[in-house]
Amino acid sequence: MFEISKVKYTGKIKEVTLGSGEKAVIIGGETCYPFHLFEGEMPNTPKIAFEVWDFEPDDWQDWAIEPFRDVIGNPAAWARKCVEVFHAEIIALNLKGADPNGKDRVVEEVVSVVKNVIEAVDVPVIVWGTSNDEKDAVLLRRVAEVCEGKNVAIGPLSEKNYKHIGATAIAYNHPVLASSPIDVNLAKQLNILLGNLGVKDEKILIDPTTGGLGYGLEYSYSVIERDKMAGLTQEDIKLQYPIVCNLAQEIWKTKEAKLTQEDDPKLGDEKKRTILLESVSAMSMLIAGADVVIMRHPESIALVQEMIKELTSRGI
Amino acid sequence: MALTGIQIFKLLPKTNCGECKYPTCLAFAMALASSKAEIDACPYITDEGRLQLSEASAPPIRQVSIGSSDYEIKIGGETVLFRHEKTFLNQPGFAILISDTMDDAEIESRFEKVNFCQYDRIGTTLRPELVALKATGNDERFISLVKKAIEKPYGIVLICPIISLMKKAVEICKARKPLIYAATTENVQELGFLAKAFNCPLAVKGNGIEEVMHLTEQLTAMGVKDLVLDTSSRGVRESFQDQIIIRRAALVGKNKQLGFPTITFPCEMTDSLMKETLIASCFVAKYAGIIVLSDFKGESIFPLLLQRLNIYTDPQRPMTTEQGIYPINNPDSASPVLITCNFSLTYFIVSGEIENSRIPSWLCVMDTEGLSVLTAWAAGKFLGDSVGSFIKKCGIIEKIEHRKLIIPGYAASILGEVEEELPGWEIQVGPREAVHIPAYLKMWK
Repeated sequence: MFEISKVKYTGKIKEVTLGSGEKAVIIGGETCYPFHLFEGEMPNTPKIAFEVWDFEPDDWQDWAIEPFRDVIGNPAAWARKCVEVFHAEIIALNLKGADPNGKDRVVEEVVSVVKNVIEAVDVPVIVWGTSNDEKDAVLLRRVAEVCEGKNVAIGPLSEKNYKHIGATAIAYNHPVLASSPIDVNLAKQLNILLGNLGVKDEKILIDPTTGGLGYGLEYSYSVIERDKMAGLTQEDIKLQYPIVCNLAQEIWKTKEAKLTQEDDPKLGDEKKRTILLESVSAMSMLIAGADVVIMRHPESIALVQEMIKELTSRGI
Repeated sequence: MALTGIQIFKLLPKTNCGECKYPTCLAFAMALASSKAEIDACPYITDEGRLQLSEASAPPIRQVSIGSSDYEIKIGGETVLFRHEKTFLNQPGFAILISDTMDDAEIESRFEKVNFCQYDRIGTTLRPELVALKATGNDERFISLVKKAIEKPYGIVLICPIISLMKKAVEICKARKPLIYAATTENVQELGFLAKAFNCPLAVKGNGIEEVMHLTEQLTAMGVKDLVLDTSSRGVRESFQDQIIIRRAALVGKNKQLGFPTITFPCEMTDSLMKETLIASCFVAKYAGIIVLSDFKGESIFPLLLQRLNIYTDPQRPMTTEQGIYPINNPDSASPVLITCNFSLTYFIVSGEIENSRIPSWLCVMDTEGLSVLTAWAAGKFLGDSVGSFIKKCGIIEKIEHRKLIIPGYAASILGEVEEELPGWEIQVGPREAVHIPAYLKMWK
């Protein structure tokens, strides 16, 4: 008689609630490696968040704009369309426009966009800053203020600015995204620092730093696997937090996502290819252990959601 | 289970003859234990000792070869469950399905696709390597498929339920070492003999894991060693879990009957090529040896080849790009010159963004031992003197008329040092992030 050699899990990923009211979403809570349902539970299946930008993107492929063409100049309408037409469960508002290396929009201008988006949708929102420590320290604190009561996930928090943003997030009761550069120990250290600051366990999410397909995906893949291994089998309680991957921007900016079939016939249809570059990467992150993946194209998202459903469904 | 040096020593003749090039049997035993020597170097070991040693040193998952010469692939041979524990060794092979129901043009185009879908990527070519030829009742056509396949260089999987027809097919392409698919409880004896007679790898198709184990046990007893497993599950969840259960049984449970690579069939699990690609991506990550696809299209196979490249990259080795000058978008003597480190990811991203900009440029890649710009700078490997002497020696000066150099934004603090090292040059500080390179180059003067 064959007996499955099972892993003895000693830990459980903490559950974190995003958003408020009826459409709030619980993530995490798993007691096994991803989709290893023969030896544990995934009470909350992994979720996909729809990416929305704070301004009209000027460098997107036409086939990325296409599903949102009527709303892409209006972040609130864009977010609403994600929810109403594409049934988004989570919105990830990417504050690209505030980036000092880019458009460098002033804080209050961006904050008013955040406010509009928050008011336009009833699903949970993740607000993703610029990854510029100084700008985010100011910007994300204001975001925390204007989103009071909405339980909005705010990040990325780095070792440099976690105190400023973390303290404000505690005051307004928002979850935070602890961001570390593809390193288990640094991830753990930042989570400890956040705990010391007073951020509650059910308010911490891990941003492991996400690499795109062909551009360092394997680093993220292995760091996520190691995070989950530590949390689930090595009683490392400071790594028992859900993982969020900000994937879309890493995929859609690459050369291989921009070339058309005319540019390089061997790469095939550009729209389908980019959708598959995005969804194959998302599958890799989910299989490694991501709890939330931020994605761009509604068709990639639909494909990945179908896969999540099949990987977690009982019976043939 | 691996033996210790002392355990191996007990099996050796203990004569210290030195013919193995080690001074003593004990030294040789220690070298064997750390895989630095081969047992064949000892001419005096008994057959029994050799058998014990080779059994003990057999990898927990057998490595199986399919195909020949340039397109020979190895699958299995893996020793870990997670790539970070060491590395994954043998990439899964991608096969395109070609069936005897297809018309000539379709068949021809499918063979052509294996050749067409090849992609150059720094120091390597990404390409699928197998054709899966399927018999569904048109015997003559199936045989003509096999004949066509041996005119091409690719590895072959023969999918055929009729033993006599399989025999004909194997006879035609035996030199190619095709994978015979598949031995079942009904035909295990016959196909076992066939595989043994032609020395070809044999797939085993059982209804579930226990039946697969039963079949491999029978075949191993017959002396057929190169096996590939199929548990028959075609649901996404079951099939994915089977891969994990099998790998774990072989590595953790030391289950010899499951110590073989697997074959998977995304082509039989959905009608949509998009979804099929995602199913295949699960098998790339988790443990398939062969992945049979219904079709190869650039848009579907390319993402899978990239994913396979990433997952099978050795995490123990830093990824580096060769030091040198890389011309992008056909630069001339007036084109801008950028310098960066030789960390592969940096190179990929920087060169990709320069290409995106469509501005002809020279990219100088300096050896920083695989460190990124910021890390290399912190480690003292991306400083004024090293950048300066590299620019003087690398040959870029002969290619350009101007004397301007763009250094990465993250290395802005070495600006003064580089200016000192390169008198007469205008040193310019580029953006910190590669994504801003196109905008920067468009404004460049």
